[in-house]
Order: sequence, then C-alpha cells, then structure tokens
Amino acid sequence: MAAEIGFGALFLTLIFSVYGIVAAAYGQKNKSQVWILSARQAMIMVFPLLSVSIAAMLYLLVTNDFQVVYVADVSSRSMPVYLKLTALWGGQAGSLLFWSWLLAGFGSAVALRKWDRDGDLLPWVAIVNLVTLAFFLVLNIFYENPFVRYWQDASGILISFGQPTGALPIFPSDGAGLNPLLRHPGMIIHPPMQYLGFVGFIIPFSFAIASLITRRTDDRWIQISRGWALWAWLFLSLGLVLGARWAYDVLGWGGYWGWDPVENSSLMPWLTGTAYLHAVLIHEKRSMFKEWSMVLIIVTYLLVIYGTFITRSGLLSSVHSFAQSKIGWVFLGFIALTILITVVLLVFRWSGLRSRNVLEKALSREGLIIISVVLFLGLAVAVFLGVLFPILSDAFIHQKVTVGPPWYERIAAPIMGGLLILMVLAPLSAWSIASFKHLGKLLWKPFLVSLVGIALPLWVGMRRWPALIAFWLVAFVLAVNLFEFVRRTRLRRRDDNESWGQALGRVLKRNQRSYGAMFVHIGVVLMALGVIGIEFFQTETQGTLAEGQSLSLASYTMTYQKLDVFDDISSARNVARAVVSVEKDGRVVGELYPRRDFYYDSGQPVTIPGVRSTFADDFYVVLVDWKEITSEGATFKVYNNPLVKWLWVGAWVFIGGVLIATWPAKKRSAG
Amino acid sequence: MADFQESESPKRPRTPMKFIIGGLAIVAGIVYLMVSSLGATAQYFLTVDEVVAKERTGELDGRNIRVSGAVLGETINYDIDSLELSFTIANVPADNQLIAEQGGLAQALHDAVMDPNRSRLKILYHGPIPDLLQNEAQAILTGEMLPSGEFLADEILLKCPTKYEGEVPDQISLEGN
Repeated sequence: MAAEIGFGALFLTLIFSVYGIVAAAYGQKNKSQVWILSARQAMIMVFPLLSVSIAAMLYLLVTNDFQVVYVADVSSRSMPVYLKLTALWGGQAGSLLFWSWLLAGFGSAVALRKWDRDGDLLPWVAIVNLVTLAFFLVLNIFYENPFVRYWQDASGILISFGQPTGALPIFPSDGAGLNPLLRHPGMIIHPPMQYLGFVGFIIPFSFAIASLITRRTDDRWIQISRGWALWAWLFLSLGLVLGARWAYDVLGWGGYWGWDPVENSSLMPWLTGTAYLHAVLIHEKRSMFKEWSMVLIIVTYLLVIYGTFITRSGLLSSVHSFAQSKIGWVFLGFIALTILITVVLLVFRWSGLRSRNVLEKALSREGLIIISVVLFLGLAVAVFLGVLFPILSDAFIHQKVTVGPPWYERIAAPIMGGLLILMVLAPLSAWSIASFKHLGKLLWKPFLVSLVGIALPLWVGMRRWPALIAFWLVAFVLAVNLFEFVRRTRLRRRDDNESWGQALGRVLKRNQRSYGAMFVHIGVVLMALGVIGIEFFQTETQGTLAEGQSLSLASYTMTYQKLDVFDDISSARNVARAVVSVEKDGRVVGELYPRRDFYYDSGQPVTIPGVRSTFADDFYVVLVDWKEITSEGATFKVYNNPLVKWLWVGAWVFIGGVLIATWPAKKRSAG
Repeated sequence: MADFQESESPKRPRTPMKFIIGGLAIVAGIVYLMVSSLGATAQYFLTVDEVVAKERTGELDGRNIRVSGAVLGETINYDIDSLELSFTIANVPADNQLIAEQGGLAQALHDAVMDPNRSRLKILYHGPIPDLLQNEAQAILTGEMLPSGEFLADEILLKCPTKYEGEVPDQISLEGN
C-alpha cells in the first residue's frame, strides 16, 4: 500500500508541476493574475506532495518491505533504524527522489515568499523551477522508479510497479544492505549537504533567467539571489569537507582528496560559485562586471546539472559510480537544451546587461578581485577539461588518455598561490583606486610578522623552497586579517568611545558580510596549512609484526599488542581489531585500534584506520592483513601526516565565516 | 536601483587594452600549465588486448598506462610478509555500448573470466591488499609494463558492479609504492 501511495504522490507532483508551468506561462502571456496565483498555489503544493512520497519510501525502508526492489538493494534487516532512513539516498533511484524533494522544497519556499514586489520576475522563476522539477520527476517515474517491486509468474521473476497479470508478489527474506562504506556518520550527512548545495543554486539561477527574459537588468535579481547562492555555497562547501573527512577516516589510504571525476564534479560548481560570489561584490559596490555575475551563476547551475549527470551516468570511471545507466542520455539532452536556451537568452540580452562602468585601474579592489575570479574560473576550466580528457582524446586521437592527480596538482598549486597573494592584497586595497603607498602602509607590519612563516620552518630544519613560500603566504594572509581586525576595532573604539568588547561586537554586527569573508579567508589558509603538510611532508612505512614487535615512523613508534577477532551480532559483521600502543619520542601517548569490519549481508570488508591526531601531525595506522589461524602476525601500513588537523580546523572556521556572512541581519532597506 | 536605466545610457567606454592583455596573459599562463603538465602526467587508457598488442612493438616502454580488466579470482596471490600482491586480469571491451549489449558490466566481467581465449595480463603490486579484490571484480590499474611482460601497478581501483549501484562509492583507491 505504501508503495502505491508513494508512487501516486510522485505522479501527482508531476501533474502539479506541469500544471504550474502551463498556468504561469498562460497567466504571464495574458496578464492574468488569477492564473499566476493558481500557478503559485500549485508550486506551494509540490513540496508537501513529494513529502508524502518520501514518507512512503521511508516507511518501506523501516518496515523491511523487500518486495520493493530499491529497499532490497540498499537495506537489510540487521541495519539499525537510522541507517535504514539514510538508505533513502544510498542508491540511484532513492537519491533522485531525495533530490527532487529538496528541489521541490526550494520551489515551495520561493512560492511562499511575498509575490507583490517582484510580480514580473516570479512567474518566470516559477517556470524555471517547475521545469527542472518536472524533468527530475520524469526521470524518477519513467526511468528510475524507486517503487518498482518484485513479482513472479511462470516465466520467472519480474520487476514492475503494478502487478502483472497472473503474477504473484514475492518477498525476498532479506536485503543486500547498505554499502558498508556508507555506514559512517560523515557519509550520512555528506550526501544531503551536497544535494542541498547543488539544488540550492536553482533559485539564483531561476532569478537570473527570469531577469533575462523580462529584460529587467537592474540589480534586483542580484539582491534576491545573492543570499540564496550563499546558502547553497555553504552547503556545497560542507558537502565537500564532509566528503573529504569521510575519505580520510574510512578509505584508509591516508589521503582526503583524489581528483576523482565525481569529486571534481562537485568542485567545479563550487569554484564557479566562489567566482560568482566575488564578482557579485564588484557588481554591488561598483556596478561593474554585471554580465560576469550573470554568466557565472548560469555556468554554476549548468555545472550542477552536469555534475549530477557525471555522477549518475557512469560515463567516466570513478570511485563513486558505475551504474551504466540509461538516464545518461536523457540528462545530456536536458543539459544541451538548457545550454541552448541560456545562450540564446544571453546573446539577445547582452547589450542590456553590460555595465557602463569599466575597470580603470588594475590596482584597485575590483581589479584584484576580478583577477581572483579569473583564477577560480581558470581552475574550473582546467578541472572540466581534465574530467573530460579521456573522452576528448578518444574522439580526437582515438586513444583514451587520462590525467591523474599530479596533473591537477601542478595546475592547482600555482593558482592557489596566486589566490593567496590576492587574499593579502585585495582586502586592503581601496575600491576604484588604490595606491602602492597606502597599501605599503597597511602591509609592512603584517609583512614583518609573516616572516615568522619562513623563519619557523627554517629553524626546524625545513629546506624545501615551494613549501617555504607556501608557509610564508599562509602566514601573510593570517597576519593581514588579524591586523585588519584589530585596526577596524580600534577605529570603532576611538570614534564611538566604546570598550574593546562593545566595539568588537558592533564591528562584527555592522558589517557581517565583510567580517564573514575575513573568517572565510582565515579558514582557507588554515586549510591550506593542512594541504601543504600532507602534500609535502607525508611519510609512510609498512611492516608485518609479531605481537610485541615495533615499527617506527617519524618521531613515532608503534607496538603491536594483540588482535581481537569477534562477531558483532547486532550489526551483522565480523570485526578484526588490532590493539597498537603508540610512543612519541619514547613516551607512551596512547593506544590505537585500527580494524577491519566484514559485513555479512553485503559480503564486503571495510578498513577503518586508527588515527592519533594532534595539531602537529597525525599518526595514521591501517590494519592491512593478519595471519588467520595463529593470529601471531599482522601487517600494518602507517602514515605520518603533518599538520593535517589544520585542514579540518580551517574547514570549521571557513563554515563559521560563511554562517556569519549569511546569518540574517536586521532587515536592511535593500532586502 | 540607481542604475535602472543603465541600458539606455550613452555609449559605454571601452575596457582599456592593457586589462584585456593582462587577462589574456593569465589565461595563457593557465593553458601553458595545462599543456606542459600533460606530458609528464598523462596516462594511456588501454584494454588488455591493446596492452598485449602494443607491448610487442615496444610502444609502451616507459609510458604511464591505465589498464582495466576482469580479475581472475584463483590467480590472486598475496604474501603478507612482503606485501607482494599478484593477480591476473582478462580482457574486457572498453566500449560501454558493447558492454551494455552483452548484458551489462557484471555479465561482461563474468564472460571475460570464463573465456579461456581472452588475452590476459599478470599484475604485480606492492602494498596492502584492497578490500574489493575478488573474482570478477573490474580492476583499473595504473602503472607501467615491465620488460618481463608483467604489469607493475602503483594504483589499483576496483569495482564490483553486481553489488551496488548509483552514487555509492563501491571502490577503494589505494596508492602503493
């Protein structure tokens, strides 16, 4: 019954979306408020309707209804309830349903806001939203239906939604279970964040398209969409960080990012989204580069759809996906159509979009920011070509050539370096026109402090110049931001005669976005510290040890104590857990428990490293193998990852910064 | 709202040439980085058939190669003291279309393992044995050919298409030495 309700609600949502599209278009054409209102009501309804479908799917998952193919694929009896719930996005059909649901959520949210002010834009916003939603619903209904079930007749097992004549339902006794790699807290929150980040860009995109269609080239669309874009960007950032953290904690290869096509496909919209957020700044402050913000948000949204396509189509070999799915071509068609429409719109509206002001001086805040925009875009293009390289080379030279992580790193490293320099210069430069003299006055003190970034590594004996430069830049950005912070607080204090605490609070509140950005930059350089640590200074070793034997790496010595192999009945797995004691510089600092879990339902092992993490370095131990019967010897792979903890600390500072910037301030006149 | 009428404003001044040149210089720099890094890091993606054919001509000497094939379960040999891993893979067509016609990846892998006439390649690897290394898994290996005609892998990527679908990361990537 639940399957029928779920599918029925899914179908009904499609009808509502199509109706909304038609009503909005008709109402817009005939200037009929009644029709537009009706479209709006249809749009409000899509989210609650699809929620029914989601609730039905969750019910099926929790009640172990294995007649439903999707439930049998991703769930099993032994899984705890919270994992059964998260199995909603553990497979293709369910993820798509979840995706549509979030999309509907954004749609309904826009439909609920006040419509009187932007009456000309909103019907078009509704149309763009609902067309996208309808596309995903069509995928969900006709290609990847999560509610299809198992049936059996004389000819064998059938898979369909409705009962075929003469067939009887069959109920598998248990399901295959969620991929054990996904049974990790990081993996439970990572997909929803990632999806929210992806889906959230629909709103700024639809406002951009609406303003193109209506020829409304003022800043209204930017004012509305900027906030939505910032939220989407926040979720996308969270998704990326959680994914990296999960890879570090679970995959057991001592790394966090592999330049895999699927990782890249969420990095690309993040890069262009970042470029957009910077371009918008110039748009607002100087009314320049307006066409850039328009193009960037459109490209970001196209990359989101393209990213979903990469993830879903199995076109490229990746760690994430190999569903050789037929929805690939449908997606490609949808992307092609979207590109066509947006390009045509841009061409016809281009002259109205262009800003009157042009860049006058490279050494100005806007000049430096636009360089950063170009760098972000450049990296995005490089990643885009890198992902497509096997396909392009196959088409042109009939030889599949792939580019691996070293290729991306060679390009990303200098671009990152350039961005760090800009992070030093841009925030201190004045809008419109800046002078070296003024800049020098603000820079010399932070510059002196930043030399610590070179002196300290030199002092501990580090001699690799690319790393030295990187450390220095990190220190420089940190110093600049701290000095700025103190300087502005002091100014405020002097002007308004306030205490330090008051002044600090006022400063933060007064200019949320600018201070949020400062925290974001501080977070980025802290993350850079972790990246430098692991890229330049990671060391590793391995060995097979008998109980009581030791292995040394960097300043650490690990001693293999014992191995426990036992069944964990409640989660249907067999656990092999090694106990390893760790000494640093001859002093015992604790025990680590690297382990390997073998899941019976899916027949797959998961290796979970034991990690001792400090701000100086991580000591990361992987249990590779052990002698089955005697349990006398076990093999370990060991990594020393200097500074990597700063990557995670920086990520939280970064997220905190975005939150400061997005947090709803007291109503401003513009809002 | 100040610039509402902007599109009707008089002629827009041109962007000074120096900024256009500057912007192009940055773009050229990035393009240069992309092209120059290609030589050192590009990997040729080949099937076992192609590796076997090209190996004879010496075309693959010193090249960084990516090869994929189906793992033959009974050939997996692992010495946990030295972390030396070896196994053999059988040719699987690279064409997705062809694989789909043959009944999907799982079927293609099964056929490859069962067919004694397929070309095969022995893989050597040093490092931890990957969790997903098993019979009829699809292995994607990065490394180079040894003069002995064996393939020395420095990275193993594995897929087991029968188990999972969709976005789930069902392979583990391992970097060895």
